Amino acid sequence: MALKTEEMVLNMGPQHPSTHGVLRLELQLDGEIITNVIPHIGYLHRCFEKHAEAMTYPQVIPYTDRMDYLASMGNEFGYVLGVEKLLNIQLPERVEYIRVIMAELQRIASHLVALGTYGADIGAFTPFLFCFRDREKILNLFEITCGARLLYNYIWIGGLSHDIHPDFIRLTKEFIKEFRPNVKELNDLLSYNRIFIERTANVGVLPLDTAINYGVSGPNLRASGMKWDLRKDDPYSVYHKFDYDIPVGKGEKGKTGDCWDRYYVRVLEMEESLKIIEQAIEQIPEGDVTSAIPKRVKPPEGQVYARVENPRGELGYFIISDGSLNPARVKVRAPSFVTMQVFPELCKGFMVADVVAILGSVDIVLGEIDR
Amino acid sequence: MRDYIYNFWQGLFTILIGMKVTFKHLFVPAVTIQYPSVKPQLPERERNRLYVNMDDCIGCDQCARACPVNCIEIETVKSIPGEDLGTTSNGKKKALWVTTFNIDFAKCCYCQLCVFPCPTECIYMTDVYEFSEFKRESLVYDFVTILPEEREQKKKNFEEMQAKKEAEKAAAAKKAAEEKAAAQANKPAEPKPDNKEENKQ
Amino acid sequence: MMYDWLYNLTGSDILAMFIVSLLPLFVFILPFALLAVLAERKVSAHMQDRLGPMRVGYHGILQTVADIIKLLQKEDLVPHATDKTLFNFAPLLVFMGSYAAFAAIPFSGFFIGSKIDLGIIFIVGITGLVVAGILMAGWASNNKYSLLGAMRSAAQIISYEIPTLLIILTVIMLTGTLSLYDLSELQTAYFWNWLILGGPAVGLQKILLIPLMIMGCLIIYTSTLAEVNRTPFDIPEAESELVSGYHTEYSGMKFAMFFLAEYANMFAVSAIVAIIFFGGYQSPFGYLGNTLGWTWLVPIEQFFWFTAKGLFFVFVQMWLRWTLPRFRVDQLMAFCWKYLIPFSFVILLLVGLITLI
Repeated sequence: MALKTEEMVLNMGPQHPSTHGVLRLELQLDGEIITNVIPHIGYLHRCFEKHAEAMTYPQVIPYTDRMDYLASMGNEFGYVLGVEKLLNIQLPERVEYIRVIMAELQRIASHLVALGTYGADIGAFTPFLFCFRDREKILNLFEITCGARLLYNYIWIGGLSHDIHPDFIRLTKEFIKEFRPNVKELNDLLSYNRIFIERTANVGVLPLDTAINYGVSGPNLRASGMKWDLRKDDPYSVYHKFDYDIPVGKGEKGKTGDCWDRYYVRVLEMEESLKIIEQAIEQIPEGDVTSAIPKRVKPPEGQVYARVENPRGELGYFIISDGSLNPARVKVRAPSFVTMQVFPELCKGFMVADVVAILGSVDIVLGEIDR
Repeated sequence: MRDYIYNFWQGLFTILIGMKVTFKHLFVPAVTIQYPSVKPQLPERERNRLYVNMDDCIGCDQCARACPVNCIEIETVKSIPGEDLGTTSNGKKKALWVTTFNIDFAKCCYCQLCVFPCPTECIYMTDVYEFSEFKRESLVYDFVTILPEEREQKKKNFEEMQAKKEAEKAAAAKKAAEEKAAAQANKPAEPKPDNKEENKQ
Repeated sequence: MMYDWLYNLTGSDILAMFIVSLLPLFVFILPFALLAVLAERKVSAHMQDRLGPMRVGYHGILQTVADIIKLLQKEDLVPHATDKTLFNFAPLLVFMGSYAAFAAIPFSGFFIGSKIDLGIIFIVGITGLVVAGILMAGWASNNKYSLLGAMRSAAQIISYEIPTLLIILTVIMLTGTLSLYDLSELQTAYFWNWLILGGPAVGLQKILLIPLMIMGCLIIYTSTLAEVNRTPFDIPEAESELVSGYHTEYSGMKFAMFFLAEYANMFAVSAIVAIIFFGGYQSPFGYLGNTLGWTWLVPIEQFFWFTAKGLFFVFVQMWLRWTLPRFRVDQLMAFCWKYLIPFSFVILLLVGLITLI
């Protein structure tokens, strides 16, 4: 007599300490092994794209902040790049340099959140607090520049809202000096810890061709072995003037493209961002950051697709302008949205406890997925 | 077999390194600021609650138009000629009575977009960030400094002036029409080119 | 001993027995559990560069008192479709299992709850009651996830009892006694007589024993860590990936019982490790009371040393909790069966061979 077994459906509901935001995951289990994962999104939908059609071009910027709230500078950067292409504005050099510094600082802050919460999901509570302590320093830097810690409204069309504070460069140099040993400490505590490696190596392997087929970008793609970074392959702003490397997952502790690789690529990227910031601080020219800001933003008719390398991947804005003060359409291509599509592929065949590990390693933010 | 021993040794060793890190941190002073007793010093550009200095406000509506969430509500009334509203601090002469200036701080997203367009710099961000209320309606701040009766008075004044103007205009129009009729009566036979006007209409 | 002294003092054996059995509980373990909760929060806070509880009392000392008062006044929720008897009895069983182990632990040369000859076996057996309590809690909660957590916990505790017992067997083989009191008395006079450094034997035996004893100490420390469900083995207890484990459905005083039982358990296993390997209540340097001629001081000193060693091991347990991530269930089992048990067998064998020298 054969034993009748059924697939069990388990719900990791919208409120959960380990899903990063309000995400509902429906797990179809066979015992402990997962056969399918169905993500249900939309719990954070705030109609960003519809709002953008009713606002003027400068008024859309606070809304773009709030999509991926952990990487606000990147969001603003992408949108502003698109509008400036439509308007054909020539920016002062100083503006470009400051934007790059802010974007790289934001990258470090966002990766710190990703790494800290990943450790907390796996069970190590201490690296979480260390990462957030370092992130506080970055947020203080942002606070003295533009007045806000999380949602900045700093990068404006044609320039910036304020020039950097006189103390900014000195404080940034102090931050860089304090931060390098902290990365090493994080490695000692978490990255090379045997238990952590056991939890994350060979788990959730993303093969390179699957990643390219789905359109995954950012650290997730780089961890699978491909050296693709928009800052080098499709350079925007002044990234071509800096000398930095693109870390790629090499399968040190398991297969290439597993959770450990995705985690470690982010750790290495923080170090590269520090290099870029150091070089930018040396090279920054003098200038006026508000001189090129137009009085009224009224781009000619046309459409543009602008993309930036956000900490989570390639963030793209497709802006259609019909010649009036409001954009006709702003479509956002969010990197976490694409990652959620590949997520069920990653989870098949692993255990329930691994779902949390995999979800933490792909680093999604629900604000971006749902907009 | 070698892998086995290596795994074991590796496990033990990395655990000990991690423990050393944590132990060192026992002696690092804490970074916590104990909030209600100790308040951190906020930078000068910090974006907190807005304040409007009504003496300088000229009622231009730029801030309300710049706001992305429409949290500023402004209503103005034209002043009657002969009234002196005073000048703003940078010398502009005010011409409008501002009768309503509400900012709903529950809607405000503290983005600072209203501060930049103001021509007299009368709206700016203060350093007040602890302004919680028990009722949502108490977060709607009314910045106008003239009393409600006076606001009604200004509105009435304006309406009376409008009405007077309308009456005068009507009287003047009537008079002009009468004069025209009289002039027409004096000039009977003049050829008028009215084809084009009729076609245009 | 304490019992005799009290008997002489009061003249009635019932009263003496009563006091002796309640003394460790009320004077030591309960205050210890309360302090341990606070200590965990403060230690974890300082390891993470923050301050921990600071408001209640001076630097937060009264925080646990506030927590207990809060738990006492909470509504005692019993879910509807549960097995009421099992649900109500489970915390009691877990609590009893943890606290009854203290009967056989010698707190000083003068005081031991019950001087049974089977000390260690009694303790291991009683802490096995905890498994039954956990399973009852998981089953009676009528909650799929609590049951999962409880079964995992039961599997974990049962598996990790094997290395514990094997190392205890090793020590028994070496010393020939099961009673914890005799074991402590054996390791008298300075720390080089402690079992971790080879014990009171002399010569070649001692030198050969040292590495094996150190390994054995690590193994027993790790497996008892797993028995009390502490990180890195805390799958049943901490925010499990799905839910909060077998004590999800408990509120109020019942939850407090699980909580306090965990901290008492922590001290019990630290005490066992201290007694077996580190000399129990013996001082490493000799007694001040003996040198000064005040023999009444010696038991107090011994109590002090015992508490110090126990607290040190509890601190190491807390230290480990805040450093290490969690194991996954199958890795936990693999760790026990593939690493700890073979090592324990090898140690048993080698120590057995050494005793023949």
